[in-house]
Amino acid sequence: MRTIYADNAATTRMSQTAIQAMLPYMDQIYGNPSSLHSVGQAAMEALTDARNRVAKALGAANAREITFTSGGSEADNQAIRSAALWGKRKGKTHIISTAFEHHAVLHTLKKLEKEGFTVSYLDVHENGLVTPEQVEAAITPETCLVTIMYANNEIGTIQPIREIGAVCRKAGVLFHTDAVQAVGHIPVNVQEDNIDLLSLSAHKFHGPKGVGVLYAKRGVILSNLIEGGAQERGKRAGTENLPGIMGMTAALEEAVAELPETMPKMAALRDRLIAGLAEIPHGAVNGDLEHRLPGNVSFCFEGIEGESLLLLLDDKGVCASSGSACTSGSLDPSHVLLAIGRPHEVAHGSLRLTLDRDTTEEDVDYIIRAVKDVVEQLRNMSPVWRDLMAGKRQFVIE
Amino acid sequence: MALYSEKVMDHFRNPRNVGVIEDADGVGEVGNAKCGDIMKIYLKIKDDKIDDVKFETFGCGSAIASSSMATELIKGQPVSEALKLTNQAVTEALDGLPAHKLHCSVLAEEAIKAAMKDYYDRHGIAYDESQFPAAHDCEHCGV
Ligand SMILES: Cc1ncc(COP(=O)(O)O)c(C=O)c1O
Repeated sequence: MRTIYADNAATTRMSQTAIQAMLPYMDQIYGNPSSLHSVGQAAMEALTDARNRVAKALGAANAREITFTSGGSEADNQAIRSAALWGKRKGKTHIISTAFEHHAVLHTLKKLEKEGFTVSYLDVHENGLVTPEQVEAAITPETCLVTIMYANNEIGTIQPIREIGAVCRKAGVLFHTDAVQAVGHIPVNVQEDNIDLLSLSAHKFHGPKGVGVLYAKRGVILSNLIEGGAQERGKRAGTENLPGIMGMTAALEEAVAELPETMPKMAALRDRLIAGLAEIPHGAVNGDLEHRLPGNVSFCFEGIEGESLLLLLDDKGVCASSGSACTSGSLDPSHVLLAIGRPHEVAHGSLRLTLDRDTTEEDVDYIIRAVKDVVEQLRNMSPVWRDLMAGKRQFVIE
Repeated sequence: MALYSEKVMDHFRNPRNVGVIEDADGVGEVGNAKCGDIMKIYLKIKDDKIDDVKFETFGCGSAIASSSMATELIKGQPVSEALKLTNQAVTEALDGLPAHKLHCSVLAEEAIKAAMKDYYDRHGIAYDESQFPAAHDCEHCGV
């Protein structure tokens, strides 16, 4: 049986380029970049090279603005903590964010609320988008930070980051964006996009897991999450994950270079998949169709539950994900789907399919058939579906 | 996926007794769509035995498997035996469920009991109320 991996927002398969870029740093250039001898200095040279290349790929002004981290979560935590600490010193303890951020951001904000900060969570509307005007209206003299994700990991909506950044610049407020789902998938340029702090994670663009970047514009002072040695200009202790960093750098350059080719190709497949799934009655796409990641398809289907949908799709070789409570491991369905106004019972029936640059038209057509079959199979045994069809329960999605 | 036992996956993939009994003697529905699972049980009772049983379930893999297994366990049994079905028996017959899925087996037990109670009510048969403790509140939405 074929396996179609359509869960690339969860993680991606490493590219051969990235794998090959890592290998020499395991057994040939294996030194510690902090060592003064030649073996260590060869590693330091590679590290410096990687930092320069990452800075260039992100459009950063200076390689000193790049801090290597253990991934997106750490970068999010450090960015927000740093800005909060800076704000607190100036007596500014208000933060602006959205209701549908990744938990790496949301849980950090919840902690800060316990520590005395106030956080405004902007409405993301039914289309999963915030506006620069909303941000502008929410800024007060007490605001120290705006943190809004570049692209959402569940519904793929892309925020007007450049315009939000401009609003923040004008108001003198720090602007962080969790760009974990955006970098390597759409053009991102920290200077043109008016970004002060940005998080990214290598495993979302065919790089290795456990490595990421925190970009901090010159003048933005980072505070440590991890104390210890003087690595990363003293802002992030621990011997650098050089193989990971080299793999990430190669994957990033490759993904960015291929964007002109991969974006339209993936967007066309995405739209084909959306059109195919839209034929299923009483189902609807989640999130704006225009401002959307090229690889993201997210649907809700009435009358069924997402975990059983995933299990049956897996039996057919399709790897997907869902925001149902049973798959999120909590009692509530995904906070993202609730934030765009999906009622609980509809959010339980969600399906996310995320494509990559190797997805083919045959894959998409196979997925469409598989989803249609499985949705029908589950609806045929669903008392909710029976009640909906009998008019004893109201459809939410017409 | 290794989340579930082979038994659970078997009953999930090939659920036994799915469907509706149009002229059922008792029907029970428990759960809540807001929480993500609803089970509905239909009973046909003849000579004090579970002559036929069918179910419909909206829910995750373990909810579907639990309903399927529960119907298998009571089918053909005397009513008095069927009333003794416990969620533990359902879980054991499935070779276990993950801890956070145990409520699915509880729902299955409750759905069967609700259908039995409905049968007694419809047929004017006296019964001991204590056999049918109120379905437990959903800890999440309080319904
Ligand atoms: C939007 C977003 N932010 C942060 C993260 C966390 O990244 P990591 O897995 O590298 O810690 C993820 C991935 O799970 C994500 O999708």
